[in-house]
Amino acid sequence: MASVESPRAQLGIRGGPLRAVLDPVAILLVAAAVALLVGSLRSPTFAELTVQGLGSGAVYGGLALALVLVYRATHVINFAQGELAMLTTYVAYQLMQWGLSYWEAFAATLAIALVLGSVLQVALIRPVQHRSVIAAVIVTVGLFILIDGVVNWVWGGDFKFMQEPFGTGSFDVGGVAIQHLYVGMLGVVLGCVLLVWALFRFTKLGLAMRAAALRPAAAALVGVRVEWMLTLGWGLAALLGAVAGLMAEPSQLFLSPSLMQQILVYAFAAAVLGGLESPAGAVVGGLLIGVFLTLIVGYVPAISSELQLPFAFALLLAILLVKPSGLFGKRQVQRV
Amino acid sequence: MRRGLPALVSLAVVTAVLIVLPFAIGDYQVGLAAQVGVFFIGVLGLNILTGYSGQISIGHGAFMAVGGYTTAIMSRDHHTNLVLTMLLAFAICFVLGLLLGLPALRLSGVYLALATFAFAVSVPLLPLQYSNFLGGSGGVQTSTTVDNTWLYTAAWASSAILFALAWLLLRGRIGRAFRAVRDGEIAAVASGISLPLYKTFAFGISAAYAGVAGSLFVLATNGFAQPSEFDVTLSLQLLVGAAVAGLGSLWGTLAGAAFIALLPQISTSVPFIGSAHGRDVVFGAAVVLVMLLLPQGFAGLLARLRPSGGA
Amino acid sequence: MSALLELEDVGARYGPVTALRGVNLQVDEGEIVAVLGANGAGKTTLLRSISGSVRRSGVVRLAGRAVGRGSPDGVARLGIAHVPEGRGTFVELTVAENLRLGAYTRRGAIKDDLARVHSYFPWLDDRSRQQAGTLSGGEQQMLALARALMQRPRLLLLDEPSLGLAPLLVAEVFRIVKELNEREGTTVLVAEQNANAALQTAGRAYVLEVGEVVLSGSSEELGADDSVRRTYLGY
Repeated sequence: MASVESPRAQLGIRGGPLRAVLDPVAILLVAAAVALLVGSLRSPTFAELTVQGLGSGAVYGGLALALVLVYRATHVINFAQGELAMLTTYVAYQLMQWGLSYWEAFAATLAIALVLGSVLQVALIRPVQHRSVIAAVIVTVGLFILIDGVVNWVWGGDFKFMQEPFGTGSFDVGGVAIQHLYVGMLGVVLGCVLLVWALFRFTKLGLAMRAAALRPAAAALVGVRVEWMLTLGWGLAALLGAVAGLMAEPSQLFLSPSLMQQILVYAFAAAVLGGLESPAGAVVGGLLIGVFLTLIVGYVPAISSELQLPFAFALLLAILLVKPSGLFGKRQVQRV
Repeated sequence: MRRGLPALVSLAVVTAVLIVLPFAIGDYQVGLAAQVGVFFIGVLGLNILTGYSGQISIGHGAFMAVGGYTTAIMSRDHHTNLVLTMLLAFAICFVLGLLLGLPALRLSGVYLALATFAFAVSVPLLPLQYSNFLGGSGGVQTSTTVDNTWLYTAAWASSAILFALAWLLLRGRIGRAFRAVRDGEIAAVASGISLPLYKTFAFGISAAYAGVAGSLFVLATNGFAQPSEFDVTLSLQLLVGAAVAGLGSLWGTLAGAAFIALLPQISTSVPFIGSAHGRDVVFGAAVVLVMLLLPQGFAGLLARLRPSGGA
Repeated sequence: MSALLELEDVGARYGPVTALRGVNLQVDEGEIVAVLGANGAGKTTLLRSISGSVRRSGVVRLAGRAVGRGSPDGVARLGIAHVPEGRGTFVELTVAENLRLGAYTRRGAIKDDLARVHSYFPWLDDRSRQQAGTLSGGEQQMLALARALMQRPRLLLLDEPSLGLAPLLVAEVFRIVKELNEREGTTVLVAEQNANAALQTAGRAYVLEVGEVVLSGSSEELGADDSVRRTYLGY
């Protein structure tokens, strides 16, 4: 049977390994990785900052992945994703106050987050998302405000101290002090991301979730319960957010309700940078942003940590102007 | 904005009520009514952008900040007449909006929303960095303060003027162009409408409105412009107000403005609910409930705001 | 032969527009039945009302039991495979993933199903890891059939399988449909604009016009009928 390139290939679906190697984005990433490696080998400060950047970047990427999961499935930007992550971090705090060890609380919190995310989707998002996506987004805005108020009310706005999961030590690698903390952050977040990836790639459930997000009508025809897949998507997103929140806390030294507010902005940036439909892009975007910002603030005196956020915004804007659908995004075909 | 008798009657009723109101209620309530007026302007402006030309912005709180700081700084340094500072805020924010509208042309739908969101988060941080001119976290204080009656008059007089301006803009060619852009960009271009011109203009004018609202906002808080008052939740508040308002009808915009201005002001004397956190809980819950029950807002903004450009 | 599919007074609307009205239809076990009609006659709507993709009135029975008006996934679980207009291919996923999705409702191992599918479409093996969207139109139609086959359906609903295909490929598609029917015993209801191809494969057919059944009978009868010949067969 003759094989002719179908018009669908024009939608940006790349085929074949050679195309991937010559892809400008891939080249950019490889160049960045090489630059980081070379810089780290030549300067201990550079290496330390890079590791720190990777650690924070992992957190941004984790939350960004949560945002992308929700967006892919339901086309809703969940403005409350960060606050949800903050809430689950407080839940972990409370569990530890009640006697659980750090990792016991960690595991329990992830389970609670999974349930919480699912329940929220069923109760608050399902009723509106079919009638109006914008209304669903506004619901998440209301949730943002609501959760902030609830946490302040239940636990108060003062700083809380949480147990350190990784301690304050560091590895000595050829004269460079690599803190356990950042390695831990990177490891835990990437570990969870990998598990989620494996779920999507290898399991029947994961395939069904992907199908439900990509083509809900066709998925229903093969027997996928689309609504429940979307619910599970929200649950998984909340779980990833919980991981991000728990890993963000140690680097901020203490727990407070504003834990995730700036991180949410970076996560948005990472998600957009990666192209909102690409999970891998979100994670890579987060890492890139983390490293880049940490290096910039470390080396450029004019850009203090206060300017970090406006600088990130300016950068994001610049990137979007060049590639409006993000680094990994596909150009959307518009029909009149 | 419907023409014809029912609209005129509504207008007459509202105007009459507004004129009589200050004589009927106490000073504190006049202050509250003034705040509704402030948000009326803000929601009106956002509606022009979002509802009429279909571009989402979650950054208009930042324009309010610019307007507010303009008033505060001009007053602090030059003792400028306050009304003049409001005009200045209008002008400055108009230009700023045009400037922001240009890169916004490249973005659509959710990307624009996120970019404006980042804008809203970033702008309030600038005073912290440039604290000499912009007052740092301590803020900037105007040289004169105003009482609630002045505020009320200024807010609602400005509302009336700006409402009339919006009505004039939207009934004519500009309004039709906006609607064409909102409903289908490609088709609009094919009809010869200059996309960049109208989209940027919409951004400029809505930013100008937000600037005026910001001026009044600062004056309403004792003439004190502070970064913490202009954080991202303000932009979210405006967006909620626009969503609750629906599209452009007088009553809708009033309802939206009242919703976001009054709800968070629940009297401190009510236990728990009157506290700062209680108010957040109530307001947040109210937003969620309103959207669940009335996803189309009071006048169908949300139905009209169809996703443009791949969102 | 017992009736596998029965439609009683089935209707469907899209808002104010009535797309289907008072349709009575029956498909017996093991048959291939065609639904003919011009564009907009309601063929697609008919299939969608069976699979639950559109709100319908009237009764649909599968093997005597009423099919609820619930969602399409429930209908799939009953053993009805609907290959929709446009094939419903998951273009972003690979060929192998598309096939795995076809077997979603099946419990247990699907190795045997994969083997069967490959016996009908041997070339699919080489394309397992290829993105489904990069296949040609004809190949995608075959993939859609393969996906339906993975489900081991009792009833196969095919919506305009010939759409966009060259005549040689159309003949190939219908040959495979016939083979599926003969070897696996799959009952088929196929909606088609291409009356020629449909009548050569199906045993019976219904003709739809503006949402109503205007004619029905065996393929020979319809093929000989003057009005059918003029309107749908072109001579």
